[in-house]
Amino acid sequence: MAGMIQRIEMKGIVKRFPGVLACDRVDFDLCAGEVHALLGENGAGKSTLMKMLYGMYPIDEGAIFIDGVERRFRSPADALDAGIGMIHQHFMLVPTMTVAQNVALGQKSSKGFVLDLDRVTERICQLSADYGLKVNPHDLVGHLSVGEQQRVEIIKALSHGASVIILDEPTAVLTPQEVDDLFVVLRKMVHEGHGLVFISHKLHEVTALCDRITVLRDGRRMGTRPAAGVQRNELIKMMVGRELKALEHRGYTPGIERLSIRDLRASGDRGVETIAGINLAVQAGEILGIAGVSGNGQLELAECLIGVRKADSGNILLNGADVAGMSLNERISRGMAIIPEERMRDGAVNDFSVLENVFLHDHKDKAFRQGIFLDFKKMAVHAGKLVHDFAVKTPSLETPIKNLSGGNIQKLIMARELSRKPTVLIAAQPTRGVDIGASEYIHQRLLVQRDAGMAILLISEDLDELYELSDRIAVMYEGQIMGIFARQDTDIQTLGLLMAGIKPGDSPKAGSLIAACED
Amino acid sequence: MTNIFSFEVLSGVLRTMIALSTPFLFAALGETFSQLSGVVNLGVDGIMLLAGFFAFYAVLLTGNVWLGLLLAMFIGLLMGLIMSLVSVTLKAQQGISGIGLQIFGLGMSSLLFKVLVGTVKTVSGFAPIKIPLLGDIPFFGPILFRNNFLVYAAFLLVPVSWWILEKTTLGLKIKAVGQNPAAADSVGINVNRIRYFSVCLGAILAGVAGAALSISVANLFQDNLTAGQGFIAVALVYFGGWSPIGVLGGALLFSFATSAQLWLQVLGIQVPASLAVMLPYILTIIVLTISVNRGKQPAALNKQFFRGEN
Ligand SMILES: Nc1ncnc2c1ncn2[C@@H]1O[C@H](COP(=O)(O)OP(=O)(O)O)[C@@H](O)[C@H]1O
Ligand SMILES: [Mg+2]
Repeated sequence: MAGMIQRIEMKGIVKRFPGVLACDRVDFDLCAGEVHALLGENGAGKSTLMKMLYGMYPIDEGAIFIDGVERRFRSPADALDAGIGMIHQHFMLVPTMTVAQNVALGQKSSKGFVLDLDRVTERICQLSADYGLKVNPHDLVGHLSVGEQQRVEIIKALSHGASVIILDEPTAVLTPQEVDDLFVVLRKMVHEGHGLVFISHKLHEVTALCDRITVLRDGRRMGTRPAAGVQRNELIKMMVGRELKALEHRGYTPGIERLSIRDLRASGDRGVETIAGINLAVQAGEILGIAGVSGNGQLELAECLIGVRKADSGNILLNGADVAGMSLNERISRGMAIIPEERMRDGAVNDFSVLENVFLHDHKDKAFRQGIFLDFKKMAVHAGKLVHDFAVKTPSLETPIKNLSGGNIQKLIMARELSRKPTVLIAAQPTRGVDIGASEYIHQRLLVQRDAGMAILLISEDLDELYELSDRIAVMYEGQIMGIFARQDTDIQTLGLLMAGIKPGDSPKAGSLIAACED
Repeated sequence: MTNIFSFEVLSGVLRTMIALSTPFLFAALGETFSQLSGVVNLGVDGIMLLAGFFAFYAVLLTGNVWLGLLLAMFIGLLMGLIMSLVSVTLKAQQGISGIGLQIFGLGMSSLLFKVLVGTVKTVSGFAPIKIPLLGDIPFFGPILFRNNFLVYAAFLLVPVSWWILEKTTLGLKIKAVGQNPAAADSVGINVNRIRYFSVCLGAILAGVAGAALSISVANLFQDNLTAGQGFIAVALVYFGGWSPIGVLGGALLFSFATSAQLWLQVLGIQVPASLAVMLPYILTIIVLTISVNRGKQPAALNKQFFRGEN
């Protein structure tokens, strides 16, 4: 390919957002034919740094050199012209259009003003054959799985002629098999001379795929290492600033059944059945993990359990009593606690202080009242104790909760929920968007609660997390349970296949690609 | 009493329907472009009024209908620029800026009319052009092929709009900007420029709609000449599911109801006049309630775009 970029250098890049120094004099470089990983915790500044390279944000200080020539991009159009493409963490696709239309978008048509979708379709088929990217150009993007949408994004970037491609957390939404497939494609691209930036916070992926690894923390570059022979611990230390303690998993002695779900059915927001007859039971002293690619009914299941979504049929037994028709309040008073998936929407009130958020539910509790008035002194003592016990970093109890980091908000929510001494905990994506340090803390707390006899239902899209914490793992696919396994009896491969809806023994679905490209 | 089911009456009803649908078509097709790019322009009625007045006034002074039409388009463009400036560049609430435009158009046209014209006067607007041969077909000829330039243009605009939206790069960009502006931005499309273009195109067509009313359908101007037709046009876009063909269907249905209502009165059928006048509007409400087109609504409709937030 002519005009491939040989080398990109970013020097002394600074970017400020109101109140945040997102990038602080960061250096970064990329050569043709290599994968350079950008590793760092949430909020480290990885996306921001790359959005500047892609022309989405102006640079405050510093400069970008492409093959030795300084370039200033004022918009993504400039970056695309220079041969740089980016695949964003949230896909940039138009769901109501076909694959071919999405690829054609923003590109010059061979017929000028008139669209030439045939030409685009040909190009898609060619690229998909060259790189092993299975897609059907005629499919509506809104009907594709996330894995397929990602392939469309890659084809889009390639057909724009990008020689350098930035991938922002491309594996976050994929099953383990899809990740393997993606890596095959990426290796092929590197072989063809493309340069890739691979943003991630997952160590094993970075070491498996990349040539060099640059670690960012709090907007600063902590160092760059060749991936070959790098120590996992060293990378963690660079990311987090300290070493992590290993989790202890003590013996598994489940007790009585605390939560039992019987033939539960419920519909999603669009009225389609998203939970199609689920049976599950969680016992005291165990963590039952629910695995699944997002959008397979996990969210609706959690909502049914906490009572914000009405089940169409079936029972939910909480400590023996059917709570399916009861309100959230009644469920809480019967021993349920909740760590909601959308913590800033369902778990906390943004503009309320830390103290007020601790008492969102328990303000009715007699212990914190004097007659009809709230007893703020007692409340402050209680909230202060929670903040201390759970190591929540906050300037004061009066600080609005929206000023805390994701990890600290999550710790506070957890402290609040556990302080009621519940018997059943529903934890939905408890560490999503939470930094490694706080994740580690939350994981330890969940295990402590389990050992103390709590029944925990853990819904997560992070297989590593499920694998580390759960005693048993159930896989959800299209609203059904594909199977339940004891942790030691399964492996990530099996779970991944089930998450994609493939039962052991099934042959993988043959793609309709060939047919689509031949007609 | 005339037999209301006679051929003559039916032909009359249909002829009136075609004439009445012209302003709806221009305004609603224009609004379709605007909304597909993500901007609801509720100021259509105001643009129609002010542009309609200027078209009328130009014809009153010079007798030149083309000058009137051009002036109406120019007024439309100006008001479209104001709408885009306020809602696209300054990112104000679209509903509010649209209503502002409507009130401005209503007040300004009424003021200018009082100061410059004073009393209701008629002008001779666009003259009918009979299409050779086709115009002689019995029954259909007079209905379809003996209309004036604006009527033909309005109906031609339906396939042209469809073609632009479905078959050109511009159409693809407009729809992408209305569905997912961040996606369009990320492949180098200038979201604001596309929205300016679509809003202004819509406003120019609203200007033509105003001219169609004052120098083609009514051939006069009076206070609040549109009587809310601009709002009906906005409703027709929802009714038509953001497609030019759907808009055509809606415009014809609504014009038919209006036309039938007029003919009922002309023929002296005993229906309370106010009830008859309400009929088309009631029809709109009913049809809009039944035809829920939510699935087709541009996802970014009525939303401002800020780069880097999603
Ligand atoms: N558009 C924005 N406006 C204000 N602050 C932002 C914006 N984008 C990112 N930030 C802040 O900049 C920091 C770095 O964010 P980001 O680059 O998204 O991190 P990462 O991709 O490493 O998770 C964070 O503190 C984030 O809150
Ligand atoms: Mg990011």
